[in-house]
Amino acid sequence: MQLSVRKLSKRYKTGDGVSGINIDIEKGELVTLLGPSGCGKTTVLRSIGGFLEPDSGDILIEGKSVIQLPPEKRPTSMVFQSYNLWSHMSVYDNLAFGLKIRKKPKAEIRAAVDDVLKLVRLSGFEKKYPAELSGGQQQRVALARSLLLNPAVLLLDEPFSALDAKLRHEMREELREIQMKTGLTMVFVTHDQEEALSLSDRIIVMNHGHIEQIAEPHKIYDEPASLYVASFIGKMNFLEGVAEEEGIRIGGLRLPNERKERGPVTAAVRPEDVQIDSMAAGEDRKDKEDRLTGRIKQVMILGHYAEVTVELNGFGIIRAFQSKEAVQQLHAGQEVGVSMTKWTVFPNNQTN
Amino acid sequence: MLWYWKHVGSRRIIEFVLLTVFAVFFAGPLLNLLVLAFSERWNYPNALPQQWGMKWWDFVLAKDDIVSSISLSFLIATLVTLLSIVICIPAAYAFARLQFPLKRMFLFSFLLTHAFPKMGLYVSIAVLFYQIGLMNTLLGVVLIHMINVLMFMTWIPTSAFRSIHRAQEESARDVGASPFKVFRSITLPMAMPGITVASIFTFLNSLDEAQGTFLVGIPDFKTMPIVMYSIISDFPSSAGAVFSIILTLPTIILLVAAQRLVSADVLASGFQVK
Repeated sequence: MQLSVRKLSKRYKTGDGVSGINIDIEKGELVTLLGPSGCGKTTVLRSIGGFLEPDSGDILIEGKSVIQLPPEKRPTSMVFQSYNLWSHMSVYDNLAFGLKIRKKPKAEIRAAVDDVLKLVRLSGFEKKYPAELSGGQQQRVALARSLLLNPAVLLLDEPFSALDAKLRHEMREELREIQMKTGLTMVFVTHDQEEALSLSDRIIVMNHGHIEQIAEPHKIYDEPASLYVASFIGKMNFLEGVAEEEGIRIGGLRLPNERKERGPVTAAVRPEDVQIDSMAAGEDRKDKEDRLTGRIKQVMILGHYAEVTVELNGFGIIRAFQSKEAVQQLHAGQEVGVSMTKWTVFPNNQTN
Repeated sequence: MLWYWKHVGSRRIIEFVLLTVFAVFFAGPLLNLLVLAFSERWNYPNALPQQWGMKWWDFVLAKDDIVSSISLSFLIATLVTLLSIVICIPAAYAFARLQFPLKRMFLFSFLLTHAFPKMGLYVSIAVLFYQIGLMNTLLGVVLIHMINVLMFMTWIPTSAFRSIHRAQEESARDVGASPFKVFRSITLPMAMPGITVASIFTFLNSLDEAQGTFLVGIPDFKTMPIVMYSIISDFPSSAGAVFSIILTLPTIILLVAAQRLVSADVLASGFQVK
């Protein structure tokens, strides 16, 4: 294991913090810590980097405990959200600083800086000062400085969140490319689920100081482990129901009770898994075993697909993503039947 | 004429008038001083001196206590600057970075030295100095000068240290620098413009200090301003003018030097992720 976090706990005076964090990361993996602000993701990252002393727990890098080491002695390197660079030093000096401390010969430093600048596509920027660089270029220099030291684990603390959307997108792809090329192990902190889904080998979803789920992006999306993950990642519909022996009842709708739940439950359904059918004239307007009924509130064409909002009879609002062709006969005010192709059921008493 | 006013615009004209007023206000006395210093005879109705000359320069520079007062003033100013750097810079760093109880109170308390009439403060300090034998000593003079600059010497570097972001220090730790190395190679150089401006201010303030020196340093420590007081009262105003120019010279040189640093400061403040 390249990086192991064992039973990490840290409590702040404010009551926030993390507890019982266990993470294992393989060599060459890019793992994202995802969660809203205050969920403890940065606390975990800063503990790994050595900038924060946890109350208890251990951190192992390549099998060796680093918990007692100060940041300068740890084989990690961190890219911060902003203000990474030293404004009184040129790009070259910023990059060479760490190598100079390691007393590397000058020619070697020169060559290493040239190489890494090529990698982040900033060749020829050696003599510039941070103030002369754009935000994206500054973050690339910061990334280059960390790459130079060839850390056992590269830590990234929301490095692109201060950049505009387009640039953020580019930087994401670039980071992924660099990660492929160098095979570095990376831990990436973000609150942006799209960033996490597009970038990661695995995602760790955090909430209120604990881990909700650790899984590959597609699994996090398709099989959320908790109601929290289901609501945090992507768009999701929630339907309240009751679990009984023979199945889960949501009004007239009946879903199979695979996990043998009991009592009140919530069914989570992705908008793309909702099917809308216009009803023939004179058809029974009641819920059936395989469908709910409702009235269309709105049909929005969003480019290559459409979002249909339906007010269900007694179950609030459900959103469905439909193809453009499928919504041609649908219009607001129309009575429709709503069925589902895929769903996940969570018991309501789950502690969150 | 009216077309001209219209073309230039009232805003421009107001700016020009204001600038002229300021220029006259600031440069006028200096110009007068300069003329006065090089005049040998200048009576009232004449706009310019009747007789130009270097007489008073020779006179001032020939006086022994004047020359020795210049070197004494520079010695004291240097000592004051060095000592207050040694004391105030670590304090400023602590104020900027560490959390301790009553921090704001402490920071604010530096204002107290400027809240009372100077003479009252000096007299009470002089009483204290008598008891511990610091009257008429170099240390006593240096200490009284330092009281004046304590506030600026702590406040300006504190804000300079504050403007350095945690991430900048942490990323230096991250690439392998020890806490001491971080302070020496990152924090201190980045706070340098602020520290330098404060130091220059301290130096000039000390060169100019007269009241406290007069009270604590007399009779052995006659600095430039003290000697100047006696010259102004004992000799024609031309002698005072010559001496003023000698006193102004270091100020001008240091301010020109400071200007270059201030532009460096502007450069540093332009550094931020947008």
